[in-house]
Parts: sequence; C-alpha cells; structure tokens
Amino acid sequence: MSARLAAMLLVLSAIAVLIALPFVLEKFYVQFATKVLVMAIFAASLNLLVGYTGLVSLGHAAFFGVAGYLLALATPAYDAAEFWSSLALAVGGAALLALAIGALVLRTSGIYFIMATLAFAQMLYFLFHDTSLAGGSDGIYIYVRPVAQLGGWQPFDLENFVHLYFLVLAAFVLVLGFLRLLVDSPFGRTLAGIRVNEHRMRALGFATFRYKLVCFAVAGALAGLAGYLSALQFGVVNPDMLGWHLSGSALMMVILGGLGTWLGPVLGAASMMLLELGLQSVTKHWQLLMGAAIVTVALALPRGLAGLWVWRAARGQNDG
Amino acid sequence: MASWLTLIFGIMGVINRAHGSVYMIGAYLAWSLAQHLGSFWLAIPAGLALSVALGFVLEWLFIKRLYQRDHLYQVLLTYGLILIFEELRSILWGDDVHGVAVPALLAGSIPLTDTLSYPVYRLWISAVCVALAVGLYLLIQRTRLGMMIRAGAANREMTQSLGINIGWLYRWVFALGVAMAAFAGMIAAPVSSVFPGMGNQVLIVCFVVVVIGGIGSVKGALVAALLIGLADTFGKVVELEIAGIRVLPELAGMSIYLLMAAVLLWRPEGIFGRRLA
Amino acid sequence: MAEVVLSTERLSRRFGGLVAVDEVSIECRHGEVHALIGPNGAGKSTLINLLSGDLKPSGGTVRLREREVTGLPAHRISRLGVGRSYQKTNVFLPFTAFENCRLAAQSRMGTSLRFLRPAQAYRAPCEAAERALAQVGLAARAHWPVAALSHGEQRQVEIAMALATDPQLLLLDEPLAGMGAEESARIVSLLRALAADHAILLVEHDMEAVFALADRLTVMVNGAVLESGAPAAVRASPAVKAAYLGDDDVDSGK
Repeated sequence: MSARLAAMLLVLSAIAVLIALPFVLEKFYVQFATKVLVMAIFAASLNLLVGYTGLVSLGHAAFFGVAGYLLALATPAYDAAEFWSSLALAVGGAALLALAIGALVLRTSGIYFIMATLAFAQMLYFLFHDTSLAGGSDGIYIYVRPVAQLGGWQPFDLENFVHLYFLVLAAFVLVLGFLRLLVDSPFGRTLAGIRVNEHRMRALGFATFRYKLVCFAVAGALAGLAGYLSALQFGVVNPDMLGWHLSGSALMMVILGGLGTWLGPVLGAASMMLLELGLQSVTKHWQLLMGAAIVTVALALPRGLAGLWVWRAARGQNDG
Repeated sequence: MASWLTLIFGIMGVINRAHGSVYMIGAYLAWSLAQHLGSFWLAIPAGLALSVALGFVLEWLFIKRLYQRDHLYQVLLTYGLILIFEELRSILWGDDVHGVAVPALLAGSIPLTDTLSYPVYRLWISAVCVALAVGLYLLIQRTRLGMMIRAGAANREMTQSLGINIGWLYRWVFALGVAMAAFAGMIAAPVSSVFPGMGNQVLIVCFVVVVIGGIGSVKGALVAALLIGLADTFGKVVELEIAGIRVLPELAGMSIYLLMAAVLLWRPEGIFGRRLA
Repeated sequence: MAEVVLSTERLSRRFGGLVAVDEVSIECRHGEVHALIGPNGAGKSTLINLLSGDLKPSGGTVRLREREVTGLPAHRISRLGVGRSYQKTNVFLPFTAFENCRLAAQSRMGTSLRFLRPAQAYRAPCEAAERALAQVGLAARAHWPVAALSHGEQRQVEIAMALATDPQLLLLDEPLAGMGAEESARIVSLLRALAADHAILLVEHDMEAVFALADRLTVMVNGAVLESGAPAAVRASPAVKAAYLGDDDVDSGK
C-alpha cells in the first residue's frame, strides 16, 4: 500500500513540475515541452495497440495526420475555426477512419498486419501528397488558430503559447489517466488476454475481432487528438504528418520507453525528442546518429528503458 | 514497368519476409556506386558484387540476431537502418535528382502506330524481370537449394537437425535478396531517374503485392504483381467523373490500395496464402 | 431419459487425403459422463476441436440442444454454454491463476466495452473465478503466475478456466494427463460431482478414471466410432478387444 502511495505522490509531483514549467522556462523550451507532450499522447495511443494488445501497427501516423488535416480543412482561409467543433470533427474523423481501416487490416495478423497498416497509411499519404485535395506536397497553413467559446466566454487563447501548453497538458493528463483506468478495466484485461493468447480468448467466448477493432478505433481517436494538437501548435499540416517516418519514430518511442508500460511512452517520447534536439545541435546529419541509436535499441534493449530499470533492480536483488 | 520490379521483390519477400526495406537501400546504394563507374554495363556486375557483400555484412552484423525475436524488432531495426542509409546517401551523393542515360544498345523505340512507339529499353526490362522471376521460381521450387530455403522457413530447428547450416543459408539468401533489389534499382534508374525516396515507393507497392498474393506463395506474387500492374495502368488510362469531380486518373495512385482492401475483405490471407485454421 | 445436450450426426473432418474424423454420430446427455477412448491418432482431439468450433467440419452436423451450431466460430459456441480444456495446456502463462479464471468468467458478462472501472470491481466474475479455483483445489495458488506453477497445477488451471465460464457442456481433452495421483483423484471426484448437473464429454487415457466416471463409453479407431454404449457392454465387445485392447485387459491400461 505504501508503494502505491509513493507512486501516487510521484505522479502528483510530476504533474506539479509540469504545471510549473512555463513559469520558469523560456518560450523555446515551453514550446518544446508542448511538442513532447503531444508526441507522448501519440506514443501512448500506439502503445495501447502495440504494447497492450500486441498489434504492431506501422501506419499509426495516418490517424495523427488525418486529424491535423481535418482541422486545416475546417479552418476558413483567413478566419478562425471553432475549437470544440473542430476538435470533435478531427478526433471523430480519426476514429471513424481507424474503424474503417481496422475492419480491413485486423483480418490479417503478424507481419501481414504490419505490411497492411503501412500500406493503408501510405495510401493516405499519396492521397494528400499527389492530389490537389489539400495542398499537395506543401500541405496547408492554418493562419488563424481556432477560438474556444464557452457561452460567450473564451477560456483560453490558443495564440498564446502558455495557454496552448496548458491545453496540451490537460489533454495529456486526461489521456494518461484514461489509459491507466483502461488497462485494469474488463476491456483492458481482455486486450491483455488477446496479446498473450488470442486463440484461448476465442475459445473462452470472446469475439476477439470486435475487441481489437474497438481498441484500434480508440487508439486512432487518441492519435487524432495528438494530431489535432500538433496541427494547432505548428499552424501547418503536410503529408509528412501521415508518413511512415512518424509511425516509425512513434514505434521507437514506445519500445524505448518500455512496451506495455503506463509511462513508458512518455519516457520514450521525451528521451527521443531530447536526443533529436541534442543531435541536431551537433551535426546536420543527425539522422545518422539517430538511426544508430534505433539500431542499438532494437538489438540491445528489447524491453526499453523501463526494461533496463527492471533488469538493474533484479541484478541488485541478486547481488544483495 | 513497376509491376515487373515488384514481381522480383514479391518473390524475394517470400523467402525473406521482414527485410524488404533493406533491399530498397541496397538498390539505392548499388546504383549510386554504379554511377561512378561510368558504364551501365560495367556498373551492373560491380554493383551486384558490392551489394552481395553489403547483404552479407548486414546479415552478419544485424539481421541474424533478430530471426528469433518478434517482428516488432525487425521493423524497428529496419527503420533505424533506413535512417542511416538515407543519411549516408545524402552525405555521399547529396539530395539531387539524377538522370541516367539509357545504354546506347537499347536506346531505340519500336514504332507501334504512326504516332505511338514503345521504347526498347522498357521491353528489355520486362524481359529481364520475367526471366529473373522464372529463374527465381525454379530456384525455389525445383532445386535442392530452394528446398532447403523452404524447409528453413517452415521449421528452423528441424532443418538444422537435418545437418543443414541454417545460418549460412540465411546469410546467402539475404545477400541474394539485397543483390536482387540492387539490380532492380539499377535497371530502373534510366527510366525513373534516381531520387531520394525512390525506394519507399517501390517498397510499399511490394508490401501490397505480398499482402495480395499471400506470404509464402511464389504464384501469389506473380498473380498479384500482374493484378497490380493492371489496376495501376487502368487507373492511369481511364477517365472517370463522379458527381462532376474527376476521380480518375487523379486518384490512380489509390487503385492498388483499393485492390488490396478488396482482397483483404475477400481472402484476408491473400489470394494464394494458406488459410489459417 | 435425460435431456440430450449435444449431438452430432455423421460429423467428418478431412485434412487433405486423411480422414481424421469419419462420420461420427454421438450424443451427450445432461447428468452423464460420456467417455471417448481410442488409440493415439484415432481422431478424439480433432472431434473435440470440431465440437468446440476450433476446427470447421468438412461434413455432418453438430447440435446443441435443438440448435444447429455446425461451423459456428469458437467464441459463439463457447457462449452457448460450452466449456473446454485442451490436451496441451493452453492458458495465459504470465497471468495469475485467478486472473486466468476471472477472464474466463468475464467472457459471460456480454461484449464488455467497460473502460473505466477496474475489473476487480465486477464481483460476479471474481466470485466465479474463486469458486472454480476452489473446486479444482488451487485456492492457495490463486495469486501465483501460472508460469510459476507445476505442470499438474497448470492442468488444474486449465480445468478451472472451463468451469469458470459456468458451462452446461464440458469438453475435456485428457484433463488428467500430467497430474499426480492425488491431483487426479481430486479431479475424478470433482468430475463425478459435476456430472450431476452438467453434460461431460471426456477424452482420457487413464482407464481407471474412465471406468470410474463413464456412464457411456465410445471407442474411436481411425477416425470412426467402433463401438458405443454402456461401459460394461463396450468392454465386453469382441470388436473392441480385437481392435483396440489387443490381449490386455481393459483395467490394466493406464
């Protein structure tokens, strides 16, 4: 029980630190922290698929990107979109898309599933890249950020980077809290059972396809939320938001942080983006070093940073 | 033409499933090296030799450690390698688009009608790809080596206990795969020119071929490559308007994915894939 | 006569040229243990897999009560009140014994899109899991990961999972294989007790247990039913003696 109390205190103090951040950091770092939180939401949504349910998707950026595009398309040329309705449109659109793609790709499994998710994501990439539907390869600029109205009152101003940070932080806390509850819920336990032994789950009477589909749609919706916030922050969407580089990076974040752990994706997103920032300041060819880091993780750290922790703890016990 | 390339990839994918993207890198590297030799005909054997060596080293350094692990790590490793190779390419050769001259021997065109003609080089590519595909098919289905490869894919331990050196076999298969990809990249260069990201497009189409055809089926790869070629061509040639919006050929790029969606609905294991119980 | 819970008619399954199950027609009645014996490769496990929906039949029909369920997927059949155990232990190794059974019981909550309350807060599945574990004698091991249990205990978890779904028909594929004498005896008496208000189809090699439990006995050879009926009659059948038992007496088999 005391361990639980300690964990709770740790989480609460982490939230306190996050709340304090914008009051001590410069603008650049607040914006960087916003970016990290957005990517953490995205990585956490992928972790729901890969870590908890055992569905390795290499096309998760599709939902991130489509939500961003939905915001861009819902924004009038030189005017602001309405925040709540555009948010609902983006997240709902991502969820519906995930439902449609999921219904197809979930009919496959294993390496097939990886290929099929990637192929559908690339289909959307080419749809936005090669047609004049939404700005082609240059994408669309969002000149005016959405305005939030609650009955005449404007609770926050998204042109203000501190307000934006707090909005993203609120979304981050809500998503992480939701995932925490989900993991221990009957639904979450079902997903874990599917990961461990799907055949046995079917024999026990679970319609596993339906659960996987709902999981896929929920993960898509959360990825959509991240994509919406990202488009909000950068004021631009382009096809790279749907590209497989982003899907690959997110996968790296999830594995780096520790598959199927609650805070792993957050840890993974933060360390990978810090690494990226650091490498970018060292050399123009930072991708070379990032690639080397990824190869190292794939070969040497199958359980991510969280795994390293567990391993050290286990070793400590043996030594003592 | 792309469909012929995917045919080769599709068949290699049958043998070595997870590492399609590494082939793509091999293609780019090998082509680029070939550039420096001046002659297209010289470049091909040189590029092939280099890419076999590259495949060997890659397998030895990285790939062999992952056969027993989850697909997830193969994907991650592949992603890391792609980043490394893309950056190396950018450092070594820059980000420009390069054109490659069609070799003089194959430079002409065959007149079809008064206004239409078909380049000899494209015909040559088709012929080479078909020959290669048939050769690979025979290698896999008819030879002792092919038998060992198939046995290894079906049951590693059992094959090993029969006295076959699986590690050695896989290394050769992988090196051969890299060489095939490199070769495909080289012969495609004069037609498509060479640009960053050229591998991505081919790779994704190959994935579609494998999903449609069914993993482990050479026949499937053949049929899928043909179907995709047809769907792609059809999408580009036909003009179609729905409710006043031009759908084709604007969305031609989508047609192969729609085909994939249809196949997934109809037979999720691929046209010639083995149905799981 | 007691109610017929399960019946098959000319049920067949072919794998390529091999006929694994050949026009088998059997019945399971409420309150009865129907034992299925036969040499290895006789098609007993394949028959169980056909009945549970793990495999699709190539021909014939399966009925649960009055309802035809031929070719339905495993999860639909399971939810019609069929619980099964596997010959080769098929459980969730990283989970605790309790969680294995709780998941099994949770499958009866309906398609549960319950995201927010912890699974432990739903009492019915938890109680069903505890009950099932107590029945097989594993209450003390409830919170051990199954991977850490002995092989015999894992076999008991396998049975407990089938029980936790509160089935009317139990399909048990060699439930005693790999258990020690004490564990076996416990499971035999448990099955005897369960038989009162369940229908049980039992595949088992332990002849002592089979004759202690069976109300009805079917002998399969090469995928087909050789003999079926009351145990004493089947035991006396010359065809069974010749084809299956050879010269040995039935009781000496183990």
